[in-house]
Order: sequence, then structure tokens, then C-alpha cells
Amino acid sequence: MIEVRNLVKKYGNHLAVDHLDFTIEAGRIYGFLGPNGAGKSTTMNIMTGYLGATEGEVLIDGHDILKEPEEAKKRIGYLPELPPLYMDMTVREYLQFAAELKGIPRQKRQEAITEVEKMVKIKDVERRLIKNLSKGYRQRVGLAQAVLGFPEIIILDEPSVGLDPKQIIEIRELIRQLAKRHTVILSSHILAEVREVCDYILIISKGKLVASDTPENLERMLGDADTIEIEAKAPQALTKEILKTIPGIEQVSVKASGEEGVAAAVIKEKKGEDVRESIFRTFAEKDVPLLALQTRHVSLEDVFMQLTQNESLPEALRRKDEREKVKLPAEEESTADALKEEEAAEEEKVPAAAEAVWNSADGEGDEKNAGDL
Amino acid sequence: MLAIYKRELKSYFQSMTGCVFIAFLLVFTGIYFMAYNLTAGYPYFSYTLSGSLIVFIVGIPLITMRSFSEERKNKTDQLLLTAPVSLGKVVMGKYLAMATVIAIPNVIFCLYPLIIKSQGTAYLEVDYISIAVFFLLGCVYAAIGMFLSSLTESQIIAFISTFGILLVLYLWDGLLSMLPSSAAGGLAGVLILLTIAVFYIWRMTENIVLSGAVEIAGAAVSIVLYFVKQSLYENLLTDVLGKLALANVFTDISNNSIVDVTGIVLYLSVIAVFVFLTVQAIQKRRWS
Repeated sequence: MIEVRNLVKKYGNHLAVDHLDFTIEAGRIYGFLGPNGAGKSTTMNIMTGYLGATEGEVLIDGHDILKEPEEAKKRIGYLPELPPLYMDMTVREYLQFAAELKGIPRQKRQEAITEVEKMVKIKDVERRLIKNLSKGYRQRVGLAQAVLGFPEIIILDEPSVGLDPKQIIEIRELIRQLAKRHTVILSSHILAEVREVCDYILIISKGKLVASDTPENLERMLGDADTIEIEAKAPQALTKEILKTIPGIEQVSVKASGEEGVAAAVIKEKKGEDVRESIFRTFAEKDVPLLALQTRHVSLEDVFMQLTQNESLPEALRRKDEREKVKLPAEEESTADALKEEEAAEEEKVPAAAEAVWNSADGEGDEKNAGDL
Repeated sequence: MLAIYKRELKSYFQSMTGCVFIAFLLVFTGIYFMAYNLTAGYPYFSYTLSGSLIVFIVGIPLITMRSFSEERKNKTDQLLLTAPVSLGKVVMGKYLAMATVIAIPNVIFCLYPLIIKSQGTAYLEVDYISIAVFFLLGCVYAAIGMFLSSLTESQIIAFISTFGILLVLYLWDGLLSMLPSSAAGGLAGVLILLTIAVFYIWRMTENIVLSGAVEIAGAAVSIVLYFVKQSLYENLLTDVLGKLALANVFTDISNNSIVDVTGIVLYLSVIAVFVFLTVQAIQKRRWS
């Protein structure tokens, strides 16, 4: 359906899309996931022919978007990040214009417009000027424009931004409904949304495709790292003591929970073991009440974090390793400290954009250079 | 193309710019008409029109300024560029809408010669030709304005730059009289123009060898020519740059009743060049 080959987009010296390669098959919902500034919107803009790529090509149903733009664009409906609305038109006028622009034959036009209006529930505002509509309604008008004419491929850039929770649910419902007849590609940085709606996820970080698979498979990739979280009504020391006696536990970290006199622990089990029952029995024997016990699966969040954060970490570490080789042993300690610091910084910055992490890693390197002198 | 044309035309009259432009042009022409034709009894309407030329300089930027800059600012160009319509058609649709807005007051102008005729002698041929050329000149200005609008995101910048360029073109004759007419002055002017052209080539290609070679070869040819045939350089600058005084074609008709067909061809070529440049400017933005 869509083939993206070796796509590169440079803005001056900044590499926004870095040799992207993927194929999109018909009849599925694809999710583009990535932190802010990862190149999602740029990729979508290139796929729809709004921007030209520096290198590489995009084939829509075998038609190159640059060489046969009209053939290719006919198959795509696109809702950009900011819906492209003319504020001085009414909703109906706007959709009329979009329909004409898309070359929908005159006799089918009215019917097609009414159909999409009903679909995204904007029939009751069709006589109002777009500038007087709320953000949610504007988003829906933009969506109506993308869906108009029912093109084979519908590309939505962050479709649920600015909508209230009820509208988000409605839009998701609509996307699922659309997927019965169309291929849908949507981008988002909201994991829950992608997870709920998409059949297939493409994770992009710094312009590179770092993973592409079904949500289930992505989770399974890291699935053996399940952890157990417990809360026990006992001092932290005692809790630690008790846990030590249980076989099959690889790692324990105990900390105070919010409540007074209650300790919380995160337990990592050895591979293939299930220690939940023995935890319960041991604590019961010691007459310590267990307040909570639950397994925490690796979620898509974790996969996302690992893929978008880790990518910069190993590289930063690798550089440090190389430097260590030429260092005197006495300096090793400071390197280790710097490393720890970096890890701490990394943890703090978890929700920040990947680019920020990059900077911090580079910054650390500079600091160390200064130390060497 | 038709969809864009219709939308643009509608938006000109919904946003009042179209109405303001037409009203503005009609009021000023009306005042000149009163003064020259009705009060003073001069039988040529074309002369009145040449007075309204200054109104064009303010009015045309008004209708061209938002054509592409606003689309870019509001990101509505994403709709146009991702639709199955070629860029040339998008630009033409918009341009024809502007031309239509400019045509409306000119159609109304066609009544004035008849009013003159009802009062006595009228020179209908000259008057109608001058109205047609006046309209064509408006289209030339609109093409320039559209191109400048496609270069920027700000309507204000588009307005001011268009206004500035049109004003310079209007005053071009006066500016030319300040240029030297001697052969040495002509040579200096040619060398300056050559250097500007070479600088542009260098900016576009970033190839220092190519631009350097062009500069040296060009300078050598012009200097050799200067020594071989000095008379060639006399009045050269005023002759060549005088071609840029676009309004002259119109004022020749309105003031002297001389129709210069090459001038009309010049108008059409300038329109074609600027429409083409607009397409290229938008294309370039997609790639940078």
C-alpha cells in the first residue's frame, strides 16, 4: 500500500528523518509513536507530498508521490497537526471546497459531504463559521475533510489533541470504524491511545525507526522482566529480613510507602519462578499483614522509554569506555562517579524529549574532558 | 483550479478587501472623471485613467498581500498542497481570482466613455484600448505582488514590499534621469549589473569557480567592447533600464494615443515570468 524507502529529510544541518524504511499494508491501523521532535510530523508531511524528501522515495500504491503526485494524492486523506481550516468559511462551504479540490464528481458531492458530517457529528454546526467553533469541533471538521471522498489511506497527525475525554473516545471509535474500509495511519505521543487503537506500532526516535511490531509483541520483547510489588504492615528492616528468607528472588528494593508503619517493596523474581504464593505464606507465618501484592507487567510505556531513551545511553557509555582505556587507573573512580551521575540525570529526565537526553550525555562528556585537564 | 478560483473570489468579497479595493479605485477615478472630463471638458477618458494609476500602487498590494502569506501562516497550504491538484493550478486559480477582482472596476470604467459621448465628442477606440491596457497593467502588478506574497509569511511584509516595488516602478522614469548618459558611465553600470548577477549565481550554486569565470569573462567582453565601439555605451543604461518602466506602455496610450504592441507583449511576458516564479518559490520551500 505505502512503501517508504530510505527516507532522509535534512533541515540545514539538522537531520529530521534519518534513513527511514517501512511498508504499510492495507486494512490495518498503524500508529506512529515517538517523543516530541522525533520526526513523526515530518515523515507524514513527506508521505502526503507536502514536503519534499532530501533522499529516498515514497510509493503510494506503486505511484511515486513526487513523480505522479496527482495519482498518489488522490488515494490519501490527510489531517495535519493543525487542521487546515479557512476561518472565514462555514463548515459546509469548507467541506464543499475540499470536495471540489479532491475532485469528487458534482452529483456525488452533497451526498458525500452529508455522510462525513454525520460520521464526525458536525451536522448541527454546518451553517456556522469555522472561526466561531471550539477546538474540538475544528478538529472534527479537519477530520471530516480528511475522510471526505473515502480515500484508501487516511493519515491523521495527532488526531485527539485538544479534545475532551468524551470526544477522544468518540474519535477512537470513529478511527476503528474507518479501519474497516481504509488503511489508517495516526501519530501520537500518547501511548494509551496508540495501544488501544492501533494494530501495529512504529516507534520513531530522532528520525530513526527503532521498533515496529504489534503492541503485544513489543511488550513481549521485554516480557520476562516482570516485577512484583508488595506492601506490608511492618518496618522496612523487618520486611527486608522476611523477603531474604524467600527463595527464588533475584533482587529486592524496599522503601517507605506513603502510610505510616507500612513498607513497600519491589521484587524481581528469578527467571521462570513464581514467588507470589511463597511471599504470601512467609509473611503470614511471621504474622505480618500483607496489604497489597500485585504483578506489574512490562507496559508499552516501558518499551517506549527503553527504545527512545536507551538508544542514546549505550552510545554515551561506549564513548566513555573508549576513553577509559586510555585513562590511568586512578582516574577510574571519577569516571564511575560521572557515570552514576549520568544515570541519575537520565532517570530524572525520563519524560523529557530524547534530544534533551542527548544534550545531557554530550554535556557530561565535556565536563569530563575538563576534568582530565 | 476552479475550486480554488471560486473560493478565493468569494473570500475577497467576504473579507471586504475586494470591496474596499473596488470602491477605492472607483471613488478616485470618479473624482478625476469629474475634474478632467465633466468640469474641464477634456474628451479623453484615458487621461483620467492615468491619474488613477497611483491608486493601483496602493490598491494592488491590498489584494495580493494575503494570497500566499496567509495560507502559509495558517497552514492551510497543507490542504492545497496535499490535494490532488498540481501547484501550477493552485497558483493560477489564485491569480485568476485576483485578475477578476481587478477586472470588475475596469468593466465599470467602460461606462465612462459613453457618458462622455452622450455629452459630445468621445474617442471610444483610444478609451477602450486604454482601459484594457490599464487592466493588463493591474494584472502585471498583481503577478509581482503574488510573487512577493509567496516569499513571506507576513501579510504586512508582503504589502510593504509590493508597495515599495510598485512605487519604484512608478517613479522609474524620474530615477532614470539621474543615471549618467556618457559611455564610461554606461560601462560602470554594466559592470555593476554583471557583478550583481554573478553574486546571485554564486548564492544559488555556491560554485566559486563558475561564478568567478562568469564575472571575469563578462567584464573582459564589456571592457573590450568599450574600447572597440564606444558609442554602444552611450545612453545604454537609460535605454535598457528604461524598459522596466512598465507604466510607460500605458501612459503612451493615455497621453499620446500611441499603442505599442511590443509593450503589451512585455506585459504578458512579465505576468508569465512572475506566475512561474511564484510556483518556483513555493516549490523551493517544500525542499528546503
